[in-house]
Amino acid sequence: MNLIQVGRDHEKDGGLGVHLVTLEKVVNWARKGSLWPMTFGLACCAIEMIASVSARYDIDRYGAGVFRASPRQSDLMIVAGTVCVRMAPVIRKIYDQMPEPRYVIAMGSCATSGNIYDSYSVVQGVDRFIPVDIYVPGCPPTPEALFDGILKLQDQIMQRSVFYKKPPEVAQG
Amino acid sequence: MHPTAERIQQVFPEAFQRAEEWRGDLTIHVAPEHLYEVCRFLHDDPDLDFDYIVHVSSVDWPDHPERFEVVYEFYSIRRRARIRVKTRVPEEDCVVDSMTDIWKGADFMEREVFDMMGIRFRNHPNLVRILMPDDYPEGYPLRKDFPLRGKGWRDTFPFLGEKS
Repeated sequence: MNLIQVGRDHEKDGGLGVHLVTLEKVVNWARKGSLWPMTFGLACCAIEMIASVSARYDIDRYGAGVFRASPRQSDLMIVAGTVCVRMAPVIRKIYDQMPEPRYVIAMGSCATSGNIYDSYSVVQGVDRFIPVDIYVPGCPPTPEALFDGILKLQDQIMQRSVFYKKPPEVAQG
Repeated sequence: MHPTAERIQQVFPEAFQRAEEWRGDLTIHVAPEHLYEVCRFLHDDPDLDFDYIVHVSSVDWPDHPERFEVVYEFYSIRRRARIRVKTRVPEEDCVVDSMTDIWKGADFMEREVFDMMGIRFRNHPNLVRILMPDDYPEGYPLRKDFPLRGKGWRDTFPFLGEKS
């Protein structure tokens, strides 16, 4: 976190010590430590996403374990699976319902690029209609790969600027 | 010949075209104009008693004069017997009788055949697309002359222009 420490908070004297840090960093630190993902599985990647919540892998270690069933309570959308064209407006609507700041992980080859499904009904990458922050490769990615994506997203969140709004992110096509 | 096929040949000599058997699976080929009565007989006759519709599918034979083949598969729960009924229709007049008033379960499966192959079913209660959107513009995706990647529909996102 690049904190500048002043004081003696390592000593067990009960004192809090002093930290000098920008407010932006504190906000980002708070945000990255409590990512609330959308429960949103489309295909076999969802199984790996479910496995990553289980006791064996424990996604909660990264503060991203509170899966919500409502987009209005979540800020991370993990697009896990093949996106058909008929599903695209639904995903866009869910994305639009999520409060800002919101993040998107395209989990797996299908959400990233359509994978082998180069067919009339499969969207060739979810980034054609929503902005994607992190692409996780794999077919399906292991829970470890998903965690790597989450950690990368957390690194990215730390670099974000909090106090001005970015211009619109997505272009069509 | 299989006794079921013989029976159908006796009752419907003008409808019955041929029967084939492969590894215990019986298939009968029926003229499309008599398909409904043959299937009604398969369902109602107490000795046949095919009371369950397993699947409706279709095959595209692009070089054949009767291009489309509709395949019905029936099962008799009581007799534990299966039968496959095939019928051929040409492209210009690809209409087959619907089985929905014999087997209710034919409804969605016939809609899927219509959606993917463009074969219409006479007397179907609600013959609209089931998998693709109602206004899907590109035709029937499972036909052999349909391009694998479609005709551009997968890259159109009209909702992106809407105010979100």
